[in-house]
Amino acid sequence: MHEQGKTVIKVGYSTCGIAAGGSKVLETLTKEISKDNLQVVLQKTGCIGMCYVEPIVDVITPAGELFSYGMVTEEGALRIIEEHIKQGKPPEDMLINKEREEVVGQQVRISLRNCGIIDPESLSDYRESGGYKAFEKAILAMTPEQVIDEVLRSGLRGRGGAGFPTGMKWRFTRQYQNDQKYIVCNADEGDPGAFMDRSIIEGDPHAVVEGMMLAAYAIGASEGYVYVRAEYPLAIVRLEKAIHDAKEAGLMGENILGSGFNFKLKIKKGAGAFVCGEETALIASLEGERGMPRLKPPFPAEAGLWKKPTCINNVETLSNVPWILFNGAEKYAAYGTEKSKGTKVFALAGKMKRGGLIEVPMGISLKEIIFGVGGGIRDDKKFKGVQLGGPSGGCIPESLLDTPVDYDSVARTGAIMGSGGMIVMDETTCMVDMARFFSNFVQNESCGKCVHCRLGTKRMLEILNRITEGKAEHEELELLEEIAYNVKEGALCGLGQTAPNPVLTTLKYFRDEYLAHIEDRRCPAKACVELLTYTIDPEVCNGCRRCAKRCPTEAITGEKKEPHVIDQEKCIKCGNCFDSCRFEAVLVE
Amino acid sequence: MAKSKTLEVGALPYDEFDKSINKYNGDPTAIIAILQDIQDHLQYVPKDSISYLAEKLNVSPAKIYGIVTFYAQFRLEPLGKYIIMLCEGTACHVNGAKLIGNAISDELGVKGGETTEDGLFSLEKVACIGCCSLSPVMVINEETYAKLTPDSTRKIVKEYQKREAAAQN
Ligand SMILES: Cc1cc2nc3c(=O)[nH]c(=O)nc-3n(C[C@H](O)[C@H](O)[C@H](O)COP(=O)(O)O)c2cc1C
Ligand code: SF4
Ligand code: SF4
Ligand code: FES
Ligand code: FES
Repeated sequence: MHEQGKTVIKVGYSTCGIAAGGSKVLETLTKEISKDNLQVVLQKTGCIGMCYVEPIVDVITPAGELFSYGMVTEEGALRIIEEHIKQGKPPEDMLINKEREEVVGQQVRISLRNCGIIDPESLSDYRESGGYKAFEKAILAMTPEQVIDEVLRSGLRGRGGAGFPTGMKWRFTRQYQNDQKYIVCNADEGDPGAFMDRSIIEGDPHAVVEGMMLAAYAIGASEGYVYVRAEYPLAIVRLEKAIHDAKEAGLMGENILGSGFNFKLKIKKGAGAFVCGEETALIASLEGERGMPRLKPPFPAEAGLWKKPTCINNVETLSNVPWILFNGAEKYAAYGTEKSKGTKVFALAGKMKRGGLIEVPMGISLKEIIFGVGGGIRDDKKFKGVQLGGPSGGCIPESLLDTPVDYDSVARTGAIMGSGGMIVMDETTCMVDMARFFSNFVQNESCGKCVHCRLGTKRMLEILNRITEGKAEHEELELLEEIAYNVKEGALCGLGQTAPNPVLTTLKYFRDEYLAHIEDRRCPAKACVELLTYTIDPEVCNGCRRCAKRCPTEAITGEKKEPHVIDQEKCIKCGNCFDSCRFEAVLVE
Repeated sequence: MAKSKTLEVGALPYDEFDKSINKYNGDPTAIIAILQDIQDHLQYVPKDSISYLAEKLNVSPAKIYGIVTFYAQFRLEPLGKYIIMLCEGTACHVNGAKLIGNAISDELGVKGGETTEDGLFSLEKVACIGCCSLSPVMVINEETYAKLTPDSTRKIVKEYQKREAAAQN
């Protein structure tokens, strides 16, 4: 809420902001403001996406000028109060305005339009930014068909991974006549390395609620469920508040605004199963069953939750909908490529300089994202690959960095667009280890219903383990490839069908790394611990004993001021000695 | 597996179970939410609660057991006082989560899924807690620790140990 004539202080208060120390900053600010009874408004806000400089504190003057501070500590918070608020001299060294302009300025924020700007716990903030206007217009002045038509024309495709046209899905669900239909929001966000949906719910929960109500109106549903990962407690709290406030304000319930449209919304917490992100497994879980995928057809649009017509949409998909109806389909479709319209949110993580959440028009290249918005690789290391689409996706090498991010171009590389997780890897990441990591993940998460997925992923993992331990032979590489194709073809659901993608893409683009592990028993990235040997160069070691003190197994011996040696029998390859030596005397091979 | 000794569980809080069952009007399809309530309350799902729920909800214990074992969130054993949730998601993996795990295991003498002899610490490995850009990350009870190094991790764990030791004296 903007009170006239007052300075507003906003603290980035999403999971990442809190993890980085945001709660202590908020506490300090609260204390200082009340101590001196300062005339400022203090509020929480969501994620602006620059997670790498959280906690972020924004000071907005009554004239609307923004001062953005990054990596704010408790002392920093004191300085903001002391120097900026009291003395009117913003502490320049803490300002991140320029960087913010660089990072946020390169983006087009539609789904993230309110994240990091409004107070996610305030309905009036959301309404001031135009919230619920699209919903009001829709239920009072548009037919459901008109709503569907608008979404169809926008070209919006499902952001949960498969990219199915949203308007089409709504039309299918609408055409099945039934006394009861459901809209379900998929907030299971299973890709372990992605946090788009969490940030959207934490930063702008009403946008998701409004999107769901628009979808419900369009398909003719009067009940909805949000299926949220249990690991996202803050998102659940904010959603609960949003639902509560919308009800209080008469925007949800019976005969909303006299339109005759009824809607109620419930939250269901997931219980930690990746496969429940798959829509039929999600339905099984909502029904209180083990979350195992079901055979399609029938598709959920015909017989979903409790066998009633059900439309399942992803968080990001839904958060775009109010914007589209408010601003018009054409405006949305003006962004993106011919077949992939609009914008896409990506979670940048890994070896990125600027890890965080970004939203860009479809069709810009991977290079522009990673080296432009993302600022390139940390510590000026060399880029090696980028993993798109998590465990269902693939690794894309440097030679394909010009690939535009749209559904079809990304699919052509063997990866998938997925939900938007983007993990950047540098020369110190071993691609075989990455394939092993994802295989381990899918093997754990396979629901066990089909043999190919259950056993195939296990066999693949075993082979990958042997390769990373330097125990595998050549034939096993062919076997690995063969099993991968078998799993792809034999699995029932998307989990199994896509599980081999990380293996297949790394085999395609980084085969030499596999060969180095097999033929030379060597890990080029020096990441596979079993293949490393730590030694001390007697020419360089001056016997400072620093490493010996840090070695957990007392593997390092030697007299003070004399070269030290490592007992290979005792060494557990923890790397402490390598990190601690100041003279680069510890060698790793 | 090292088991917790300090967490002796007396009679189960059946009234709490009933409260949760009533919250969902005894609806057997709400079983996941009811189990979540129980785990929120006790930090685990005691075996005896399963037979109790089965009777109350009129479903077979095998079915409930099947659900408890299917979903990774549910635990059948009590946990330590401090639950260390170490993230092993992709971003954390790429940024060295394995070394963090080794450091914790080395300090506490437990592997993932285990609880220390004194019942103080449980080490749980989870996939992504949504702070990827601050990776590697761990959560101890409600507190999140970001941008960990093996050294900073050891320090944090030792802090907890010290605090506990001080509280005992
Ligand atoms: C193994 C597996 C996991 C999935 N996980 C998710 C997820 O976490 N979130 C999501 O929105 N969709 C996920 N999906 C896709 C859903 O099945 C579904 O296509 C999507 O929620 C539909 O919404 P959309 O059309 O808005 O994208 C997953 C699919 C598979 C096969
Ligand atoms: S492919 Fe895997 S996860 Fe999917 S139904 Fe089959 S066993 Fe289950
Ligand atoms: S790698 Fe670790 S265990 Fe091996 S010598 Fe160095 S410090 Fe000791
Ligand atoms: S500023 Fe936080 S998810 Fe990011
Ligand atoms: S991968 Fe660890 S927080 Fe996401």
